[in-house]
Amino acid sequence: MSFSTMLMQLSSGMVKTTGIFFWTIILSLPLGLFVSFGRMSKNPALKNIVKVYISVMRGTPLMLQLMMVYYFPYLLFGMNIRTFRFPAIIIGFTINYAAYFAEIFRSGIESMPVGQYEAAKLLGYSKSQTFMKIILPQVIKRILPSITNEVITLVKDTSLAFSLSYMEMFTVAKQIVAKDATFTPFIVAAIFYYVFNFIVASVMEHFEKKLSYYR
Amino acid sequence: MKILEMNHIHKSFGDLEVIKDISLSVAEGEILSIIGPSGSGKSTILRCATMLETINGGEILYMGEKAAYTDNNGNVIYAKGDKAKKINSNFGLVFQNFNLFPHYSVMKNITDAPIHVQKRDKTEVFNQARELLEKMGLLDKADYYPCQLSGGQQQRVSIARALCMNPKILFFDEPTSALDPELTLEILKVIRDLAKEHMTMVIVTHEMNFAKEVSNRIIFMEKGVIVEETTPDKMFNSDNERTKAFLGKYHNMG
Ligand SMILES: Nc1ncnc2c1ncn2[C@@H]1O[C@H](COP(=O)(O)OP(=O)(O)OP(=O)(O)O)[C@@H](O)[C@H]1O
Ligand SMILES: [Mg+2]
Repeated sequence: MSFSTMLMQLSSGMVKTTGIFFWTIILSLPLGLFVSFGRMSKNPALKNIVKVYISVMRGTPLMLQLMMVYYFPYLLFGMNIRTFRFPAIIIGFTINYAAYFAEIFRSGIESMPVGQYEAAKLLGYSKSQTFMKIILPQVIKRILPSITNEVITLVKDTSLAFSLSYMEMFTVAKQIVAKDATFTPFIVAAIFYYVFNFIVASVMEHFEKKLSYYR
Repeated sequence: MKILEMNHIHKSFGDLEVIKDISLSVAEGEILSIIGPSGSGKSTILRCATMLETINGGEILYMGEKAAYTDNNGNVIYAKGDKAKKINSNFGLVFQNFNLFPHYSVMKNITDAPIHVQKRDKTEVFNQARELLEKMGLLDKADYYPCQLSGGQQQRVSIARALCMNPKILFFDEPTSALDPELTLEILKVIRDLAKEHMTMVIVTHEMNFAKEVSNRIIFMEKGVIVEETTPDKMFNSDNERTKAFLGKYHNMG
């Protein structure tokens, strides 16, 4: 295989990896926020269900979770799952990362001084206004470094999609290495992940700087 | 006209009864100071008056309207919905530690609630905010963030923020106790100026001389009850042993 064909194949893997990444971020951050509400709920049943969900998500391998999500419809309903590969990956990553994000949101929300809520209440802000205008912006600033850590881990975790033979970057690289007995695809893959994370880290640093106008 | 009436208020935290059958009222234009030793329930009574704590018994009225009352079964019923909103718009509270919103500029701290909660006209609100800032000597700090201000400046912003809601009564919970002596003077001057404009105020304070000078009436509280309630002159010449003991302690600390 020529170097350019190899690069072509690898770059289609890169596009798929990027897809997993963005879909997971877009879906798991809001889901994580809602899960954190459940985790902090006064309703003990809801709270405990969410607690179990979070501990299972954090206590079992992501790769296993991906496989379970993928085979679940087939094993349970005998559904044809061939077209289900990509949705399964996105669902698997999303519910896993939402659990981690939920704990980050929770720690951020719980770290907010009660005085902020009280001041907002005295000024007549409704509960939702208080959360959206006063609490959440400050929580985001507080948790941004932890979010950055998770996001960087996610970039690397996307390679776990190889377990469902999804043709993302790592799966493609592995196949070419096995077939052509060349090490080059691994190097290309390493550079790709590194550059991807470099960009992610810079973007996050930019956000952190933007929010550093106050303490 | 009574702005605030609190009748037979009871408040407990678990088994600890902190407010034991306290009644007080504040008339329009009146300035009431509340003094007393630490832990006597001064903050708690303010927090009950401002709905930050729920009472276990008694009633609270603003402008004659029931904000909370106790029914025949002894359950406390609070006003809800629009009625509660209307009642709550009567009062403002200045906290000991300011509680400004750190991510909002000084101007936005002051104007955001009038614009987005009270739905008032933006230009009108900004004009009022500028007037208030001018009065507080902070007009040049409108675009600053709270973290760029001294404690005294932050407290003045928080007073302006409360005033911009046009409350009928303003509560202060030890507004100077987080501040250095010089900064304390700044805040006391602001409150003095408000007194001249006949702003109705309830002030919890440890500044005895200030309480004496600025108030129409002083309440001395201890262990959840009102020991004495009278004019400043009478309070500071009281025959009551407990009042004398408390004020004497302050005198000696001097
Ligand atoms: N949220 C709470 N939970 C339990 N106990 C409380 C709570 N808030 C206040 N207390 C108790 O109630 C009593 C009265 O407290 P409060 O803060 O009203 O006193 P204070 O007169 O304002 O004192 P200080 O001058 O120190 O501010 C104290 O014994 C305090 O420990
Ligand atoms: Mg207090």
